[in-house]
This record gives sequence, C-alpha cells and structure tokens, in this order.
Amino acid sequence: MKKIALLATLITGAILLYSTKDFAPWGDPHSPASVHVSNVYIEKSVEQTHVPNIVTAILGDYRGYDTMFETVVIFSAGMAVIGVLRRPKE
Amino acid sequence: MIWQLDLLILTLVVVCGIATITVKDLLGASVIFGVYSFLMCLLWAEMGAVDVAFTEATVGAGVSTVLFIAAILRTTRRSKD
Amino acid sequence: MKHLQEKAQSKPLGESLIVQTAVRMMIPFIQLFGLYVIVHGHYSPGGGFQGGVVLGASFILMALAYDLQKTFGYISERTNAILGSTGALIYTGTAALCAVLGGYFLDYSALAKIIPMNPIDWRSMGIFLVEVGVGLAVMNIMVSLFWDISSGGKMDEGL
Repeated sequence: MKKIALLATLITGAILLYSTKDFAPWGDPHSPASVHVSNVYIEKSVEQTHVPNIVTAILGDYRGYDTMFETVVIFSAGMAVIGVLRRPKE
Repeated sequence: MIWQLDLLILTLVVVCGIATITVKDLLGASVIFGVYSFLMCLLWAEMGAVDVAFTEATVGAGVSTVLFIAAILRTTRRSKD
Repeated sequence: MKHLQEKAQSKPLGESLIVQTAVRMMIPFIQLFGLYVIVHGHYSPGGGFQGGVVLGASFILMALAYDLQKTFGYISERTNAILGSTGALIYTGTAALCAVLGGYFLDYSALAKIIPMNPIDWRSMGIFLVEVGVGLAVMNIMVSLFWDISSGGKMDEGL
C-alpha cells in the first residue's frame, strides 16, 4: 500500500513539474495574467480610490466580495471550533 | 530576483518538506513546518509579493505552529507509523 | 530585587520569571505594531488580516507565558465573542449600507450621502472601515481558537 502511495505521489509530482514548462516567465508583461485587467489597476487605481497601495485597493475595493467571504469563512471556522470543543461551565 | 538565492531557498524548502513528513516526533515535525513557512515567506518576499509574505509569516509560521503545538500537547507526541 | 527573588522562588513549576518579564515588556510593542499594520495598510504592505493576526498573537503569547486566566482579565470570553461577531458585522454592514443608500453592494462611494465628502475619498475611507472589521474578527477568532484548542474547551489553565 505504501509503495502505491509513493508511486502516485511521484507521478503527480512529475506531471506537475512537466506542466511548469508552459508557465510564463517571472514578471513577463505579455503573459495572459498581465494583459487582461492588471494594466487598468496599475493605471487607474490611485485616481479611482486614492489608495497608494494597489494590493489593498484591489483586496478591499475591486475584489471586495472575495475579502468579505474570506472573513465569513474565518468567522464560521471559529464558530465551528467553539461549537465542537467548548464545554459549558458548571 | 537572484537565481543563486532562489536555488538555495528552494532546496531548503524541499528538504524541510521531506523532513516534515518523515520525522517521527510530531512536535519536531510542526517546528520544521514552521521553518518551511518562513522559507516560503522568504521566497515570496524575494519575488516581490510582500503582502503574501507578510500573511505567510504571521499566519503560517506564527499562529498555525502554535495551534499545532497546542493540539499535540493535548493529544499525543508520537506518530504511529 | 528581594521582591523579585521571592517571586522567583514561589513560582509553580513551568513558569519562568525571565520569560514572563520578557513577554510583559514585549506585548505593548507587538500590539502597537498590529494596530500600525491595520491603520497603515493603505500605504505599506499589510492590512486587516495581517494586523489582526499580530494582535491575536500578542494575546496568544500572553496565554503561553502566563495562563489562560491572565488573558481573561484583558479580554473576557463574552467580550471576545461579541467583538469577533462585530468585526464580521462591520464588513457586511458597510457593504449592505452602500446598497441601501442607492449604490452597488460594496460600492463605498455611496456612503457620501451620510457624511458629505468626495466620493473618491470615501472609497479610500470605506476600505479603512472594512479593514478594521476584518482585523477585529480575525484577532478574536484567533484568540478563541487558541483558547479552545489549548485547554480542550474547558477554559481553565491552558498549556
């Protein structure tokens, strides 16, 4: 069983390594991730939101839903741990 | 991006990853996992993603290691296999 | 000096005077740094999530060096639950308020109808409100996770 698990891990790792060959180079301005909306954020975010840090502007404003549900996920995790572990005091 | 530094950090990341799953002592494994998180933090900071590096340093290396250690001290320190 | 020596001798096993003094001196600076990270997220790396985790880590450090009862003196179980829920409510409440006031959901410029200000400045201000909410929620959830896991839910002594 252990050998099959090792084999599966090695094959998955090899496929993942093989697929990194098609990645765009680091910092390539013509890669698909950098040509769609990134330029709009870089050019317009300061004048649209007056926030100098583009990452904060994207996380808090343009992609606000994402951050909101991230908070909701953490909140639900905390409530779940309280519900499972916490014992009422006598 | 300096490729020598990259290579060094990536080698250490792989070493830490393998050590985490082979070490029998779970307390040691969680400490090595903290080291792994710090190395990933270094890698991200070096690639320019400072926000992600900050999150990794606080959550991955700080709080999650403490939570792992708390869970280990409440259960058992030796792994079965 | 004599007071310190007596204190060191009367401690139960596992509580070190050196660790406790070092932690007591470090905690204000850690909390100040956490607040700085939340408030300064517009200009430097950081934001609500990271700052909240740093703030929560200061309480976790206190619980590690002393015990859980010491942390209840600063933030009780009840306050913790209320503040954590308030944090999540601030975020969703700000977002819903924008929709009620006639803008889109999460469109902070609609808040200019309450306090007249430049709508673009309100977008910056809205991000700040939201980050404070995230910071409160994350801080209290992290502290409560550590309380529950380290004491097995009994909330007595901790590690």
